Amino acid sequence: MAASSLQSLNPTFSQTLASPNTSPSFRSPFLRFNSSFTPKPLSTRSSSSLIARSAAEPQERKTFHGLCYVVGDNIDTDQIIPAEFLTLVPSNPDEYEKLGSYALIGLPASYKDRFVQPGEMKTKYSIIIGGENFGCGSSREHAPVCLGAAGAKAVVAQSYARIFFRNSVATGEVYPLDSEVRVCDECKTGDVATVELREGDSVLINHTTGKEYKLKPIGDAGPVIDAGGIFAYARKAGMIPSAAA
Amino acid sequence: MASSVISSSPFVCKSPAKGQKDLGVSSFRKASQISIHGCQRKSISRKIVSVMAPQRSSSTSGSVKTGMTMTEKILAKAAEKSQVVPGDNIWVNVDVLMTHDVCGPGAFGIFKREFGDNAKVWDSEKIVVIPDHYIFTSDKRANRNVDIMREHCREQNIKYFYDITDLGDFRANPDYKGVCHVALAQEGHCRPGEVLLGTDSHTCTAGAFGQFATGIGNTDAGFVLGTGKILLKVPPTMRFILDGEMPSYLQAKDLILQIIGEISVAGATYKTMEFSGTTIESLTMEERMTLCNMVVEAGGKNGVIPPDATTFNYVENRTSVPFQPVYSDANASFVADYRFDVSKLEPVVAKPHSPDNRALARECKDVKIDRVYIGSCTGGKTEDFMAAAKLFHAAGKQVKVPTFLVPATQKVWMDVYALPVPGAGGKTCAQIFEEAGCDTPTSPSCGACLGGPADTYARLNEPQVCVSTTNRNFPGRMGHKEGQIYLASPYTAAASALTGHVTDPREFLQ
Repeated sequence: MAASSLQSLNPTFSQTLASPNTSPSFRSPFLRFNSSFTPKPLSTRSSSSLIARSAAEPQERKTFHGLCYVVGDNIDTDQIIPAEFLTLVPSNPDEYEKLGSYALIGLPASYKDRFVQPGEMKTKYSIIIGGENFGCGSSREHAPVCLGAAGAKAVVAQSYARIFFRNSVATGEVYPLDSEVRVCDECKTGDVATVELREGDSVLINHTTGKEYKLKPIGDAGPVIDAGGIFAYARKAGMIPSAAA
Repeated sequence: MASSVISSSPFVCKSPAKGQKDLGVSSFRKASQISIHGCQRKSISRKIVSVMAPQRSSSTSGSVKTGMTMTEKILAKAAEKSQVVPGDNIWVNVDVLMTHDVCGPGAFGIFKREFGDNAKVWDSEKIVVIPDHYIFTSDKRANRNVDIMREHCREQNIKYFYDITDLGDFRANPDYKGVCHVALAQEGHCRPGEVLLGTDSHTCTAGAFGQFATGIGNTDAGFVLGTGKILLKVPPTMRFILDGEMPSYLQAKDLILQIIGEISVAGATYKTMEFSGTTIESLTMEERMTLCNMVVEAGGKNGVIPPDATTFNYVENRTSVPFQPVYSDANASFVADYRFDVSKLEPVVAKPHSPDNRALARECKDVKIDRVYIGSCTGGKTEDFMAAAKLFHAAGKQVKVPTFLVPATQKVWMDVYALPVPGAGGKTCAQIFEEAGCDTPTSPSCGACLGGPADTYARLNEPQVCVSTTNRNFPGRMGHKEGQIYLASPYTAAASALTGHVTDPREFLQ
């Protein structure tokens, strides 16, 4: 489904990919999926040596491994990043880091384990497990940004609010994944887990409980995530030129 | 036609991709314009009825033209297609992009990063920059963000920048407006049939004007700044038909809280909420804005109301830009149908800590409160203050708790001080508020709706109970994590201020 929607957008997709990628050399803090990004000439999709950004290799497995942080339903953007911290501008590298230190600081005191320890800048949890309607509330991009800045790699939730999901995809900060069951009821904060992304068959493996959970295919967002965000996707689709003006 | 057919942005590849047809503009004018509410007048049920229609598949064969909803039509036109169905991912031309002080710096930062330091925006007259969130504060970063926007606007020659430089006296700033969603409407930027995006979730407010309006993040906004386009998935439409005469004690806020309580905070996720019916037709533009404002609280992608004489009258008094209204086809597909007999509804509140935690106001009369807040894009418009003043005047009493008044814009503030309240013998809102013992109406901005910097006026800095005309009550929304926020209409808020408890406005209005 993802491939066909991309195809309908631009039937000359493979031809577009053949042109060399001359993206600017600025190493954005947002290009998180491959920290050693070096522009390489784009080849056609069937080739095995694809674009350097590892998010854009659909045939390969993508794996996140680490500790889980479990939250409940309707975790809104004010709990993810309270409004008082929105004066920090995410495109400013120093303020980007500061945003990470405040990730999930708005959670009520009933959450005894804090996502980021007081005084720390990064989290020790790389996988966030959520319930229904994760990320509801504001359209503030600071929400997925602060999670990514803190060091989270993926969110596995039962369902998402649309703006949060969209912002996660557009920025590439965290992978927003859908579980088929209430994973938040079966995992505990501190469980060791692995998220394996595969073509059509992704899983969450909880090593502490030994249970495995199927994750839903990423759907229409797939091409955008695979490309590495909305700008890369638009360049691939021939919507905007490869080189910045 | 408000939007140009071919984008003039230097960042959009000019030659259409091979295989894509160049669809002429004339094909859109043939689309049916039957007003949807014309078909609904025949059957008004006596009871409140919620009816869920079975999900109809929205597939269409290539050659047969299916009826489209308002939202589908607006997006089809903006994508230069003759037909779209829910689920289609399409590139859409944007008519207006709005941003403010909180997200503007980030959006422009991304724009420069991706398009280059010397890049120019796609259209300097289609971007509206409205500082409104953290204005009247000594927070240095907040103040810096307004300065950053000034620099960007200067560099890009942005036509609409509602700047503020003198924080000590908002009236000394001729350009400053206040809350972005109210300012957009008041300044004539909302027009039927158009696509309006904003870096704020309550951008959906503008759907009241019969346009597609939704909130986006900084990255999407940065993309739009450069290209004037955005990738959107066409949403299916849920239809809400509201019929019956609006009781004198009920307001649009009660209607939307009723609906959100019905379908939950995720009930409209990825969907359009289309409102029609005789009640909707009787609402003023400001009331329609309140209704569409909280669509996002149900998870909705956008809210939309068919434009009519009320709409045209409002819009034509504020802009001379031509527009083309659209209406849902009689044979359009809707994914759900809800009907309400409004004459049977009662004032409601949303209890802590969720906008869908609905309860009848009269059933919360034992809840003791500490303060009342009247303000924000949801409940800080001129008519919201008029309503509160009307109730205070009818009661002739003094408030029992601190009552904070935050007009949304300069214009609202001026109306509060200048306009006579109907039935009050010539008194203005401001006079009535003073007599009732409310706080003096403060400088217009988003204020404490979302907490804000520590020194924000009326911020909830203690675990208090607040009845508020704002839009969200999740933990910590107005500041303190243990603060208890009851969302309510201006009538309910005013009534509650007078008793010191959550109060049904009928206590004072009948």
